[in-house]
Amino acid sequence: MNWFGDAAAWLVDPAHWAGSGGIGVRLGEHLGYALLTLLVAGAIAVPAGLAIGHTGRGRAFVIPFAGALRALPTLGLVTLLALAVGIGLLGPLIALVILAIPPLLAGAYAGVEAVDPLAVDAARASGMTEWQVLVRVEVPLALPLIAGGLRSACLQVIATWTVAAWLPLGGLGRFLFDAIPIRDYGRMLAGSILVIVLALIADGLLALLQRAVTPTGVRAITEGSGTRRALLTAP
Amino acid sequence: MHARRILAAAGIAASAVVLAACASANPLSPGDGDTSTAGGRIVVGSAAFPEAEILAYIYADGLKAAGFDVDVKPSIGARDAYIGALEDGSIDVVPEYTGNLLQYFDANATAQSPDDVLAALKTAVPSGFEVLDPAEAQDADSYNVTKAFSEQYGVTSLADLVKVTVPLSVGANPEFADRPYGIPGLKSVYGVDATLVPINDGGGPNTLAALLDGTVQLADIYSTTPSIAENDLVTLDDPEHMILAQNVIPLIASAAASDEVVSTLNAIQAKLTTEDLIAMNERSSGDEKASSQTIADDWLAQHGFAG
Repeated sequence: MNWFGDAAAWLVDPAHWAGSGGIGVRLGEHLGYALLTLLVAGAIAVPAGLAIGHTGRGRAFVIPFAGALRALPTLGLVTLLALAVGIGLLGPLIALVILAIPPLLAGAYAGVEAVDPLAVDAARASGMTEWQVLVRVEVPLALPLIAGGLRSACLQVIATWTVAAWLPLGGLGRFLFDAIPIRDYGRMLAGSILVIVLALIADGLLALLQRAVTPTGVRAITEGSGTRRALLTAP
Repeated sequence: MHARRILAAAGIAASAVVLAACASANPLSPGDGDTSTAGGRIVVGSAAFPEAEILAYIYADGLKAAGFDVDVKPSIGARDAYIGALEDGSIDVVPEYTGNLLQYFDANATAQSPDDVLAALKTAVPSGFEVLDPAEAQDADSYNVTKAFSEQYGVTSLADLVKVTVPLSVGANPEFADRPYGIPGLKSVYGVDATLVPINDGGGPNTLAALLDGTVQLADIYSTTPSIAENDLVTLDDPEHMILAQNVIPLIASAAASDEVVSTLNAIQAKLTTEDLIAMNERSSGDEKASSQTIADDWLAQHGFAG
C-alpha cells in the first residue's frame, strides 16, 4: 500500500474539505492560531529586542534566557499548561509564544546591533533624539533582519501548532491526532502535507516581504561586491 | 548562488526519494527484517500507557527469569498500532484486554460477561495468533462523574444520564468518537446524546482536570486508575454491559507460543488481580513514580517468579 496515494485521494475528496471538521475550517483555525501567536510574541519580543539592540543593556541576560526557552519541549509544556490554565486555547498559546519569542527577539536585537555605528553617530550629530535615531535610522536598517526573525518564527509556529490537537482544539493537528490511533495513515500524511504546504507558502510570502522592506541602499550593499562593502564601511 | 540552488534542489529530490521509499511500509514500525522469533528471542510489546507497559515488563522479565531471551518494545501506541506491529512480526506478544480485543477483531460481537467474551475472543482471533489464559485482573474503560454532579442530577449509572438536562460532553481519547463503547454506544445503548471532547492523554491528568473544572461532565478513565478514588469520582454503572469485560490476557503470535512460553505466561496470569493493577498504577503515577520495570520486577519477586 502506498500512503502517498491514500493521502492524495484523501486530499482531493471534496467531502473532506467542507463541514465543521473539514480541511477549510482546520486551515482557517491553524492560520488563526499562528497569526495570534505571532502577534502576541511580536508585541513582546520586537520592542524588547529593539530596546536591547539600541541601548546594549540587558543582552547578557535576556538573549541567553530567551534562547534557553527554546529548549522547552512544546508538547510537554502544553500538557503542563493545560493543567494550570485548563484545556482551552490559552495553554498552547503560551507554549507557542514561548517558542516564537527567541527568533523574533534575536532578529530585532541583531538587526539594530548590526546597524553601522557611523550611521547612528551621524544621526546623533545631526541633532536627532534617541527616539528618532531608533525609529528613523536603526529600525529601517534593521527591518530585513526583523523580517528574517518573523520568517523563522512563522515557520516554527505553523509547524508546531499541530500539538494543539493533543487537547480538544482545532487546527491541522486534528488530522494527525485523530488519525494515528485508528491507523488512518492516508489522512495523517495528508494532514502533514497540509502543514508543510501552509508553512512553505507563509515562508515564501514573508520572503517577499523581507525583500520589500529592505531599504534600497542596504540591498545595494548586501548584494554588491565585497570591495564596495569594504569601501562603504571603511573608517 | 546557482550552486546553492542546485544543492537545495538536490536535497529536496533526495528527501523525496527517501520519503517515497518509506511510504509503502508501516511508518510506525521500527523496520523490516526483524527476525524476532527465529533466534528464540521473544519481543514483548505494549500499548502506550503505564499499566500496559508494566504488564509487558511482567511478561518480559517473567520469561527472562524462565530462561528466555527477551526484548521489550514498550509504548507502541494505540491498539491499531501495536496489533499492526504484531502482524508484521516486529513484536511477538502483547498484554491485552479481552473486551476491547474482541471488539477490535469483531465489531459486531455481542458477548458481555468475562466467560462469554473469552469464548468469543478465542474464535475471533485471526489464525497465526492466539490468546492465553485470562487473568482475574480487569481494567475497563469507565465513565466517571464528579461527586457533585452525581448528587445534583441523581446519576449513578449510565442509564440515569437520559434524565440529565444539561448538554453532556465526554473527555476521552479521540478514538472514542468511533468506538462501540464510546459516543456511538452511549447513543445506541442508553439513548444519550453526548459530544466528545478529545483529550489525548488516555484518562490522564488533563482529562481529570477537565472533569474537575467542569469543562466536561463525563470522563473516560480506566477503572484501575488511582485518580478515581483520590478525587472521589463516581464511576457510573453500566447495566446494559455496553462496556465489555476487560480481563488482562496475552495476545501472542502462534509461532512464538511454545509450551514453555505458554506455561510461563499462564502461571503469571493466574496470579494477577485487579487490586494488583490499582496498586501498581499508584506506584507508577503517584508520588513514587517508580519505573514500569521496577514495579514489574517487584511484583514478580513477590509472587515467586524472580529468576
